[in-house]
Amino acid sequence: MSPRPLWIRGGRIIDPAAGLDATADLLLLDGRVAECGGEVEGPADAEVLDARGLVVAPGLIDVHVHLREPGGEHKETIATGARAAAAGGFTSVCAMPNTSPPIDDPASVGFVVAEGRRAGGARVYPVGAISAGLEGRRLAEIGEMVAAGAVGITDDGHPVMDSGLMRLALEYALPFGIPVADHPEDLGLSREGSMNEGLVSARLGLVGKPNASEDIHIVRDLLLAELTGGRIHLQHVSTAWGVEAIRQAKARGVRATAEASPHHLILTEAAVEGYRTDAKMNPPLRTGADVAAVRAGLADGTLDVIATDHAPHHYDEKESAFDDAPFGIVGLETAVGLVLTHIVGEGVIDLPTAIERMSPAAARAFNLPGGTLAPGSVADVTLIDPARAWAVDPSRFLSKSRNTPFAGLELTGKAVMTIVGGEVVWREDGSG
Amino acid sequence: MSRSAAAAAGLGKDLVGIEHLGARRITSILDTAEPFKEISERRIKKVPTLRGLTIVNLFFEASTRTRISFEFAEKRLAADTVNIGASRSSVAKGETLVDTARNLEAMKIDMVVMRHWASGAARFLAERIPSNVINAGDGAHEHPTQALLDMLTLRDHLGAIAGRRVCIVGDVRHSRVARSNIFGLLTLGAEVGVCGPPTLIPPHMRELGVRIFHRIEEAIEWAHALNVLRLQLERMEAGFVPSLREYNRIWGVSRARLAVAPEPLLILHPGPMNRGVEIDSDVADGPHSVILEQVTNGVAVRMAVLYLLAGGRPEKAEAAKAEEVA
Repeated sequence: MSPRPLWIRGGRIIDPAAGLDATADLLLLDGRVAECGGEVEGPADAEVLDARGLVVAPGLIDVHVHLREPGGEHKETIATGARAAAAGGFTSVCAMPNTSPPIDDPASVGFVVAEGRRAGGARVYPVGAISAGLEGRRLAEIGEMVAAGAVGITDDGHPVMDSGLMRLALEYALPFGIPVADHPEDLGLSREGSMNEGLVSARLGLVGKPNASEDIHIVRDLLLAELTGGRIHLQHVSTAWGVEAIRQAKARGVRATAEASPHHLILTEAAVEGYRTDAKMNPPLRTGADVAAVRAGLADGTLDVIATDHAPHHYDEKESAFDDAPFGIVGLETAVGLVLTHIVGEGVIDLPTAIERMSPAAARAFNLPGGTLAPGSVADVTLIDPARAWAVDPSRFLSKSRNTPFAGLELTGKAVMTIVGGEVVWREDGSG
Repeated sequence: MSRSAAAAAGLGKDLVGIEHLGARRITSILDTAEPFKEISERRIKKVPTLRGLTIVNLFFEASTRTRISFEFAEKRLAADTVNIGASRSSVAKGETLVDTARNLEAMKIDMVVMRHWASGAARFLAERIPSNVINAGDGAHEHPTQALLDMLTLRDHLGAIAGRRVCIVGDVRHSRVARSNIFGLLTLGAEVGVCGPPTLIPPHMRELGVRIFHRIEEAIEWAHALNVLRLQLERMEAGFVPSLREYNRIWGVSRARLAVAPEPLLILHPGPMNRGVEIDSDVADGPHSVILEQVTNGVAVRMAVLYLLAGGRPEKAEAAKAEEVA
């Protein structure tokens, strides 16, 4: 049964893919965009949504989340993650394969697809493993996984240390048209590290991961993409030189896309002071110069997409000595507020560009439906109240986990309604 | 001492590190240690200052001398003490640090002296239990009582800390002793150098205001005192230095090297020493070595810290030691 038509009236429609930024109506019918722009006449049975004062955007897409299922259900499940995504304004997410067991064969890809459909939140697209068992030794069944619904491959969490294997992955993936995503990190330089290598790590007596550990693999991956003609997607870029290397490679025509994470756009290594395990992530928070470079990369399009690297962990796991705590923070339910307050609000990019980085650019990077409100496209829509003031309260997250360094932070701007396939899956007043 | 000065000298609940103590507090601890030195010289080495307090010495890493030094300090102040040793492997299988702490707390203790392999562990504990926490070494972060006893020893011999040049030699990268000494000495106005192979000296140390030497000869020419760190065998195995033999040949503190100094250098070592590796025996046993005085001062400094954390006033320390055990 298809949902009731939705007639969204009087909002500021920002559809970067169509070059549209205007106050107009949007009509969703049978899971598709029926009309977009100007004044629309909706059918009599349509639910009318008054969107005056709101931004109407193509559904936001997060290409980098960890939903932990199977194997880490105490941290997150596909269902709780999909609902947390919807509550954060995301209509689609790409689930990383570093679960237990990992998503490295067609059956496990099928499991994620099926659980995602049952969840009733954001759409969940599996990303399969590059290597069998994430072991970095031989290729996983990439073609079979794509046939089962995988939209890309990555060994995220485990960098592909063997450059020969990375080359094979980029070559082998070519006929399937999927991106090969990499967590760029040279473990020989960074293995024992738990934060950025710098003055703070020297003072705190913590082993650091130098920028070079990330830069070396970014450069390697770009060279291998150039060698093979393959599509590389660089995850959570955090270093100044990493951004510059991608900029130069793109100018040479290398087929590369790259992510910036909200935390790498906003926080520095200073957030670790006091051994705050909620500021422990990989790659680590770096220096102010790196943050400025990541911001510049986002502004000029070197970094194509904003992705959260949503990494839920149980509070017991983060309630430990810094070295013993796992890497990662949750991001789905804070991303929109952080981007609007600190990236748009501080003039790094304007609102239409922010939406571009969080929707159409993400759709292009992983060949996903959506990313536009053009008639005929999927009816995935996010309504944002750009003036809504709120404070981050982790106890209200729909995610199972609470590990965020942004608790208590006052933000302006929030997703207030999330529509997937023409159906309201979340609304701010809780009636979704 | 005026009332306000005494208040400023208060240590608060815990001694987690030297970095944020400030010159007044550090000086106050050193001054408080002075009268306690004499107790250890008596035939009956005990005063009732901490009678009735329960102190747990919680050591997650093996340590003989620090634990014993704390235990002597506690017993000479008449506290009741319990020693708990737990290796990393047994802890990894069992309960978490926070559970260990809560269980101890449930047994109604007053203070915890903790040694732990993880940087930040002492602060972690201090933030979660109401008992006083004394850091007896956390990872590569801080070892505050070691730095205090080093500074007391330096002050005894150099007359003051301010304006003196102290060089820490060896494995600064992995050393909590180095960090606590750097913070404390800089706070008290000393000039601080570090010397060793670049693989064992974090380059960012320079930003703290520390002078970096890669050649021991230059450090000896510059310094008034050397604090020589132990070079652990694991560092060679992990590839930071090619061999202990080569380390001794290039960075070892030897009598021949010291002979070129314009005036004799004071030699400190936190122990335990690797004779013939970072320090030669004729230096360790030589006329300018104060290594055993450091050990003696260690007990006095730890008595001072225990006394102050238990609420003792620096200006009352002299009177406290005059009391007798009933």
